[in-house]
Amino acid sequence: MTSDAPPFRPGRRAVLGGLLGALTLTGCGALGSKPRVREWNLFGGGDGARLLQIHDQYVAEHPDVAFQAHTLAWGPPFYTKLAMSAAGGRAPEVATMHMSRLKGFSPTTMLDPIPVELLENAGVRQSDFLPATWDRCVIDGKLYAVPLDQHPFVLYYNLEICKKAGLLGPDNKIKPVTGVTAFLDMLRAVKDATGKYAVSVDTTSPWRLWWTLYGQLEGKFFSPDGKELVIDDAKALEALDLIAKLASEGLTPRSANYSAMVAQFSNGEAGLSFNGEWEVTTYQTAKLPFSMAPFPVVYDVPKFQGDSHTFVLPHQAHRNADDTKATVEYIAWMLKHSVEWAAGGHIPAYQPVVKSQEYLDLKPQAEYRSVAPNVFYDPDAWFSGSGAQLENESAAAFSGIATGQATPKSALAQFKAATQKLLDTPSPV
Amino acid sequence: MQGPDWKQRWGGLFFVAPFLLLFALFMLWPIASGFWNSFFNTSLAGVKHEFLGLQNWRDLFGDPAVWSSLKNTLVFTAMSTPPLVIIALLMALLANRKGILGWLLRFSYFAPFVLPATVVTLIWVWIYQPGFGLVNGLLTAGGFAEIDWLNTENRAMLAVVITTVWWTVGFNFLLYLAALQGIPAQVYEAAAIDGANGRQQLFRITLPLLSRTTGLIVVLQLVASLKIFDQIYLMTNGGPNYATRPIIQYIYESGFTSYRIGYASAISYLFFAIIVIVAVAQFKLFSGRGEAA
Repeated sequence: MTSDAPPFRPGRRAVLGGLLGALTLTGCGALGSKPRVREWNLFGGGDGARLLQIHDQYVAEHPDVAFQAHTLAWGPPFYTKLAMSAAGGRAPEVATMHMSRLKGFSPTTMLDPIPVELLENAGVRQSDFLPATWDRCVIDGKLYAVPLDQHPFVLYYNLEICKKAGLLGPDNKIKPVTGVTAFLDMLRAVKDATGKYAVSVDTTSPWRLWWTLYGQLEGKFFSPDGKELVIDDAKALEALDLIAKLASEGLTPRSANYSAMVAQFSNGEAGLSFNGEWEVTTYQTAKLPFSMAPFPVVYDVPKFQGDSHTFVLPHQAHRNADDTKATVEYIAWMLKHSVEWAAGGHIPAYQPVVKSQEYLDLKPQAEYRSVAPNVFYDPDAWFSGSGAQLENESAAAFSGIATGQATPKSALAQFKAATQKLLDTPSPV
Repeated sequence: MQGPDWKQRWGGLFFVAPFLLLFALFMLWPIASGFWNSFFNTSLAGVKHEFLGLQNWRDLFGDPAVWSSLKNTLVFTAMSTPPLVIIALLMALLANRKGILGWLLRFSYFAPFVLPATVVTLIWVWIYQPGFGLVNGLLTAGGFAEIDWLNTENRAMLAVVITTVWWTVGFNFLLYLAALQGIPAQVYEAAAIDGANGRQQLFRITLPLLSRTTGLIVVLQLVASLKIFDQIYLMTNGGPNYATRPIIQYIYESGFTSYRIGYASAISYLFFAIIVIVAVAQFKLFSGRGEAA
């Protein structure tokens, strides 16, 4: 069986040499002439699927850029990983970030400023954005973020159920209501039509609803210097009482998490849904007869909780000029193609797209574009923002209101104490 | 004869060097640096930090979230350890038999243990779901009211404990089974000849001979339960209203999501001390008993 010839045995040196050679080769590949753009984002839902399509188009049009996109789990996991990578100086070239998280992300140490002249060379100017949106991206005179969109809290409505409830106008759109009485009447009519609930809401995280209502009451949160909690108890309780009333009247479920909220609107148990606009793709895919509108002005002024997705350059210890240029061009390209992004529900921040016919033709996505100037951002603090500690504290305190485990009064007291504790904690950024 | 002795000693060190290097880099260094950081306001964001002295430690004792999350960890440990030991023993006694039934029992008792935490929690979140979950289906079929297990403050921890028992009891079961199979058959034979019945054999032979294994399992289980994080993070995220948030989650939140590495290090050290005390106390009790037996 065995032959007399010695089997081929590579020497140790030959193996080592080969390995080293292979390493050097791959090293050369990575350092090749193509500029590199690695992007981290947090879009895991319907908007994430849309992002992938847009990225496919970007890659097809830019064979000269080595582009890689990674989607990470939304919220704390995403921001934790991004912070770690930026703290170590080995971050990706570009990442998405909620506008409300920008100041709490320690921009001076964990982000690199965006070279405005590169952005202008790529055809994007300050005048292309709403001033209020742009101004929030500038910290200490430097631009740290480029806004991609705005995503307000809106009203979803089921066309068949609302027709049955007599809430649609002749144009087949929901008739706008203002004031608490009209708001409650509308909800009661929907409840009669569904026989179950009027609205599907996420009772485990009532922040967006509460912040919208509190904003409409013109409530203040922090003193102008950001050092004191100046929450208006009467207004805060007014909003919480309304949330409690909706649940106790059976207009909303007593307990429903995010997926239950989506399910209850999808299956017609609720004829309305209060949520951010990003589930539009989900309901379109489900072939649900629905449309969208601004959230009703229940109280005094139009304010709608919301946020913006932005692009940021996380801190790199050794930033490469070619990569940065390609990255800024990528950001500009994404803004100019944000009508496809808008199809996922978000209102583009780039005004040339907002004014385009292509965007105006998007239904129902263009129906609530009027709220853009009235988007009500989360309070300004290092512990505040999308998915950050302040929202978590509100969820912990307020989620018991709908279930009846907590009264609005006790919930508010708990939330205020928790916020005060955060305020007393020395800022780590 | 100093030469060979010296050679032997350092030669040994050479062989353990790869391990020692990694151990020092990933274990000793973080432990030391964590202790060092606990005296500073070190931030993950990389802003300048200052020496705080004992400020973090003072804050920790006045922070109700530390104590409530520590309490949740201890409650979880107290609720999960007894069933994880007793049920494992019962299962081992049942499965310690030959033939297809023994094989089937061994297989099904151990199977959940090989699942990753994500899969286990996904399954159980659906099982506990109000409206269409299995548990609430059984409750309503039996004429009881539905319970929103994971969203009710005094039910959520129980729900997590049940999930944990289902998931991890297989490991303790395996330890017990191995110990049972190590008891010589002659002992039972002799007992049977002397007229001992099954109950007497169990209480006079099997259980005493398993006592060392029981001690080991209790220690391992206490330490494992104290380290609870995955299931709770994935099932309730510490909610509702922090009713299930374990101390490790609070450390994670302070250190990583809030960037306060210094403060998180101080809490870690408090927790580290508790684990060491529990483990040492258990080992003391257990080894004392072992010598007496």
